[in-house]
Amino acid sequence: MRSNRRDFIKISSMGIGGAAVAAPAFNWAEGAIKADNKKPGAEYKRTSTYCEICFWKCAGWVYSNDEGHIWKIEGNADDPHCNGRLCPRGTGGVGMYNDTDRLKTPLIRKTKNGKQVFEEATWDEALDVVAENLKKIANEHGPECVALFTHGSGGKFFGDLLKATGSTNITAPSFAQCRGPRETAFLATYGEIIASPEFTDIRDTKCLVLIGSHLGENMHNGQVQEMSEAIDKGATIITVDPRYSTAASKSKHWLPIKPATDLALLLAWINVLITEEWYDKDYVERYTYGFDQLKNHVQSFTPEWAYGITTLAPEMIRETAKEMANASPAVIVHPGRHVTWYGDDTQRLRAVAILNALLGSWGRKGGFYSPEKKSLPSYPHPEFPKPKRTWRDAHPGKYNLALEVVSNDICDSTIPSPDRACNFKGWIVNGTNLISTLPDLNNTLEAIQNLEFMVVIDTMPMEITGYADVVLPECTYLERYDYCRTDQHREPNIALRMPAVEPKYNTKPSWWMVKKLASKMELDDFFPWKDVEELLDWQLNQVGSSLEEMKRLGVKKFPREYDDLYFFKNQEVEFNTNTGKIELYSTDLAAEGFDPMPVYTKHKEPPPGFYRLNYGRSPAHTFSRTANNPNLTDLVDENVLWVNPQVAKDWSLKNGQPIWLENQDGVKSKFPIKVRITERIRFDSVYMVHGFGHSNKKLSRAYGKGVSDSELITKVLLDPVMGGTGMRGNFVTFKLENPNEEEVMS
Amino acid sequence: MRYAMAIDTKKCVGCADCVVACQTENNVPIGHCRDWIVENTAGTYPQLELEIRSERCNHCKNSPCVRCCPTGASHYSEGGIVLVTGDDCIGCGACIASCPYDARYPHPEGYVDKCTFCDHRVKNGQKPACVDVCPTHCMYFGDLDDPNSEVSNILKKRKYKRLIPEAGTDPQLYFLI
Amino acid sequence: MMEEIITSGRMNYKIDPQLHIWGWEIPLYLFLGGLAAGILYFASYYYLRGKEKDMPTAIKLAPMITPILLVIGLVALLLDLNHKPYFWKLYTTIKLESPMSWGAWTLMVVTPVSIIWSASYLREIFPNWDWKFKWLYALESYFIRNRKSLAWIMIFFSVILGIYTGILLSAFNARPLWNTSILGPLFLVSGLSAGAATIMMMSKDKLERNMFSRMDLVLIGIEIFLVIHMFMGFLASSQVQIEAAQLFLGGPYTLPFWTIAVFTGMILPGILEFLEIRGRHIPAYIPGLLILIGNISLRFIIVYAGQASRYLY
Ligand SMILES: Nc1nc2c(c(=O)[nH]1)N[C@H]1C(S)=C(S)[C@@H](COP(=O)(O)OP(=O)(O)OC[C@H]3O[C@@H](n4cnc5c(=O)[nH]c(N)nc54)[C@H](O)[C@@H]3O)O[C@H]1N2
Ligand SMILES: Nc1nc2c(c(=O)[nH]1)N[C@H]1C(S)=C(S)[C@@H](COP(=O)(O)OP(=O)(O)OC[C@H]3O[C@@H](n4cnc5c(=O)[nH]c(N)nc54)[C@H](O)[C@@H]3O)O[C@H]1N2
Ligand code: SF4
Ligand code: SF4
Ligand code: SF4
Ligand code: SF4
Ligand code: SF4
Ligand SMILES: [Mo]
Repeated sequence: MRSNRRDFIKISSMGIGGAAVAAPAFNWAEGAIKADNKKPGAEYKRTSTYCEICFWKCAGWVYSNDEGHIWKIEGNADDPHCNGRLCPRGTGGVGMYNDTDRLKTPLIRKTKNGKQVFEEATWDEALDVVAENLKKIANEHGPECVALFTHGSGGKFFGDLLKATGSTNITAPSFAQCRGPRETAFLATYGEIIASPEFTDIRDTKCLVLIGSHLGENMHNGQVQEMSEAIDKGATIITVDPRYSTAASKSKHWLPIKPATDLALLLAWINVLITEEWYDKDYVERYTYGFDQLKNHVQSFTPEWAYGITTLAPEMIRETAKEMANASPAVIVHPGRHVTWYGDDTQRLRAVAILNALLGSWGRKGGFYSPEKKSLPSYPHPEFPKPKRTWRDAHPGKYNLALEVVSNDICDSTIPSPDRACNFKGWIVNGTNLISTLPDLNNTLEAIQNLEFMVVIDTMPMEITGYADVVLPECTYLERYDYCRTDQHREPNIALRMPAVEPKYNTKPSWWMVKKLASKMELDDFFPWKDVEELLDWQLNQVGSSLEEMKRLGVKKFPREYDDLYFFKNQEVEFNTNTGKIELYSTDLAAEGFDPMPVYTKHKEPPPGFYRLNYGRSPAHTFSRTANNPNLTDLVDENVLWVNPQVAKDWSLKNGQPIWLENQDGVKSKFPIKVRITERIRFDSVYMVHGFGHSNKKLSRAYGKGVSDSELITKVLLDPVMGGTGMRGNFVTFKLENPNEEEVMS
Repeated sequence: MRYAMAIDTKKCVGCADCVVACQTENNVPIGHCRDWIVENTAGTYPQLELEIRSERCNHCKNSPCVRCCPTGASHYSEGGIVLVTGDDCIGCGACIASCPYDARYPHPEGYVDKCTFCDHRVKNGQKPACVDVCPTHCMYFGDLDDPNSEVSNILKKRKYKRLIPEAGTDPQLYFLI
Repeated sequence: MMEEIITSGRMNYKIDPQLHIWGWEIPLYLFLGGLAAGILYFASYYYLRGKEKDMPTAIKLAPMITPILLVIGLVALLLDLNHKPYFWKLYTTIKLESPMSWGAWTLMVVTPVSIIWSASYLREIFPNWDWKFKWLYALESYFIRNRKSLAWIMIFFSVILGIYTGILLSAFNARPLWNTSILGPLFLVSGLSAGAATIMMMSKDKLERNMFSRMDLVLIGIEIFLVIHMFMGFLASSQVQIEAAQLFLGGPYTLPFWTIAVFTGMILPGILEFLEIRGRHIPAYIPGLLILIGNISLRFIIVYAGQASRYLY
């Protein structure tokens, strides 16, 4: 075995200085008793924030006192993302601040007596090392050899820094591991991406079709609220999910589809709408391109054909198609969000887009509205240098339809290969735990081993920090300013995040780190503002507001520029596609050599004794980031393995029994997971919530709790269109004894 | 006045936001809770039904916990809200043993704690924290004696059930089904 | 299949995953209270029947230990409280609906009565005892003169105490196992049986011993009858009570209940006492101790199992 240049360092091996700082008077994290039982009252002030626990970014109010105690976080009633109600993770966001396992001070990797350790450092020391290494890579290989992985608000500042050096290789796992195929598919069809928050008009819909989207477990706040409102108004919900999800239980029709066969169902629905002439004829004629080709294409994809593939009864397929048609145009076939499933995801999402077009839901009330956002101009700065190369140059011609940088592709291009001009040498990783985020862990680790330098900016000692050369501890969102939120919605609006309390420990906000780094790298010109308040105030002044006003309001709404939330009757619309129409037949895909209309392909099925590894969300957690949050672990402290009673019987499994898993490639789970025997899962699959099974001991609540789905996802079904990583083609079997010990013994 | 709560099991998604909101609002120590979520699945795949309930003290009209309290710490307050006065409570546990819903717990400081229907908010004209946070708006709170209150209205419109009515406690949590 | 689970990770201390708000303190308290009630009952009963001469152990000697039993019982109760500094609040109100309240008050009455009763006989038992102060002698003679009234008070409150040890539990409708009217009589009878057994063990008088031995036999018979009756009641009742009974009929409490509480604590001493009456020589402490063991385990088992029994919904 080769020796690692970059051994995983558990942050626990650092000195103890950081811990000494940690002596909060009130220790929620330890579950300690609160000293006084008085109801907090007037002495608590409220400050504006927007939530960072997930990317719905709900705006809220933080109630805190002068001693740095945060009482609670409530939603901002004026915020269209949350309507005054945060989700459990946002409400429990206070746990992020109180977690005593937090990163507390900058760390630098050093070798001592042949052993790699983290040494605590001052900010100056740590930032010097970062600046030096980034400059060195720029000098030796070019600035384009540095990539930024980011998922979160502070990433914008680091993005600016990267651009100032002359690299645009900024990537987020929210593209190639998440919504990428959807964006590519909708861009190809409508000339527009969906983005976030999705502009699905759920509150006014008459029929909501969820394909895998497990709203209610997926707690994207606005959508959950609107779904509930739609239920109240009597909307029909149709859920397609092999698992009896919470959403399925709220649905009039649950279609318990065989996993990996959704495309067949979608094609059959298209077939029914067309052959029964239930589609919106006027809309299709007016707005779409390629209807005749489509009609031809789907002729043979009858419900009877789909039945053999999906196991869904043909009557059920027809009946649900009729439900959609009856509701048209107030119908939404939801585009989903985490859609990187089986590698043909862009094509599946194309089918979703086409279905919506046939139902005439795009641009219609109760379908998809037209969102608007209020952008804030950038603070004036010299133009960023033009990069000489981009990530695409590593393999020209590949993933031309990817709209954003493909994270896994950066990994691939970091592992040196002679036939590539550009190998990445340096990574900046901000707010993304790549170890549990990217599939095929070995590939990620190999890439990391080949780096010359990696800096990780995080709030917690997550697994990724153990591989860093420098760890920069960011303060949590409750302790800092960030750029204002300027997301799209029905009404354009902006939201302010400001610190409610002083940063705990020796932590700093991103904007501060970037400003410092810029100065150490002689890039001051690009960051001419004095501090973030000046920056924000200037930006806000440009749209007729101010920092002072935003502190008061938290959220400010602006009137729409055009009164075009929905299409007018018979409105002429020019779509941003090659044909100016909604492309049922995609000219873009055709030009790139892909199927211009979706075709069903069969996916592999689990071998005997194996079960398909299905995963999803717990409403109380976000990915791996909340697994140590004291308030949220109080609700759910580990994931469990859903097993069908029949399967449990075959294996003589008991409820609550801990078992280990092994996947098709012989990869075994590090930790055991408890069995939950439930009828809500099929006999051919097992299910777990993503984000558990943490392996860093420094995460005192999360360590060893449950199994990481990510470590078992070694088979990646790559989407040829946009580079997305299909992650649902993995199969696991059960190990009743700890397989890891066995290995040590033999 | 008769405060009551109705919870729509058809909308509740079991997210437990009500549980965290209660925890922060009322300083419920970590490791403890005043409300909790029950999921009840019936049937065989794929013929399934799921009922999700957010549960808490039922503020029973005929509450054994008040009856069996030796000090009067457990008492009825305005609108029938069942409360515990911490400084009168000796922590004998009689009320805990008497509650068929296991809605009470010994606070680490010794006295017994439970849902208060957020009387400190209700007094100010606000709704309980759990009701106000619920992302699905599936909880209704108000005065049953007022025929126009939110909770009276929803109970007129919808079918409901109560939990363990046979225990004779006359619970005031109504689960819309 | 039916699956009902709490998904919000409820883990309230002493409540989850199963109620165990009461540990060893309450059953010990109930045992000692029942035992003291039994002894005091016999003492006052036979005193009122004018048997002072025939029943010296029952009337004079055995009550001597009751203040100790009651004080230990009260300490156990205090230890059980989670909010100890506030225990005095118990005595700021009388809540007739609360068994805890009238139990506490009953003890408040019974304990001094038992002390006075014992003190009034102290010099008979320990002839060398000196009260030191004159006024104490005066007090003593006052009580000796009024023993009859004292006995009436004592018989009344000892019955209340005995019933209370059972009622405390059966007042809790929420626990199907306790929710039976038989628990009161059962605990009363078993307290009497424990009292009788203790007197029997302490007595040096053959006639008195035989008398209590015979009485115990009858009490054991009643106890067994009540136990059977209780289970028949459960099994003929609602689903939750059937499930409560199941705790003892194949469930986790089956073995301790039937082998320790019923066999060792009732049937075996019953047989031994029967043999004794038939003329076999059995040392009195053997059935006596077995009865006490059975007695205390009955209370432990009922308190613990009761907390495991609950409504399902
Ligand atoms: N609480 C919480 N909410 C979140 C997040 C979080 O971490 N926590 N993350 C947010 C983010 S970034 C995203 S991208 C979204 C993700 O949330 P979604 O977009 O809803 O993700 P999916 O992958 O569609 O959801 C998983 C569901 O797909 C089902 N499924 C599995 N295989 C198949 C199949 O072959 N066919 C069909 N039809 N269904 C299948 C699973 O059973 C499960 O119910 O959630 C968002 N919301
Ligand atoms: N196996 C598997 N893989 C998946 C998914 C899955 O369901 N299963 N889901 C995919 C999807 S949809 C997405 S969107 C991605 C999400 O991927 P990520 O966003 O990478 O998810 P997390 O695991 O939550 O990692 C977030 C990291 O940010 C850190 N962090 C939290 N707050 C802050 C902050 O304020 N500042 C800084 N600097 N850091 C912070 C956390 O400590 C943690 O290390 O994962 C994808 N990968
Ligand atoms: S949906 Fe929840 S976690 Fe996401 S931003 Fe909103 S409150 Fe925060
Ligand atoms: S917050 Fe609302 S939806 Fe969520 S569990 Fe509680 S009651 Fe149900
Ligand atoms: S639910 Fe329990 S604690 Fe609440 S009033 Fe009823 S008996 Fe008392
Ligand atoms: S624990 Fe407190 S509130 Fe409960 S019965 Fe005892 S004294 Fe009353
Ligand atoms: S009403 Fe208040 S105290 Fe009761 S569960 Fe809701 S938030 Fe908690
Ligand atoms: Mo995502």
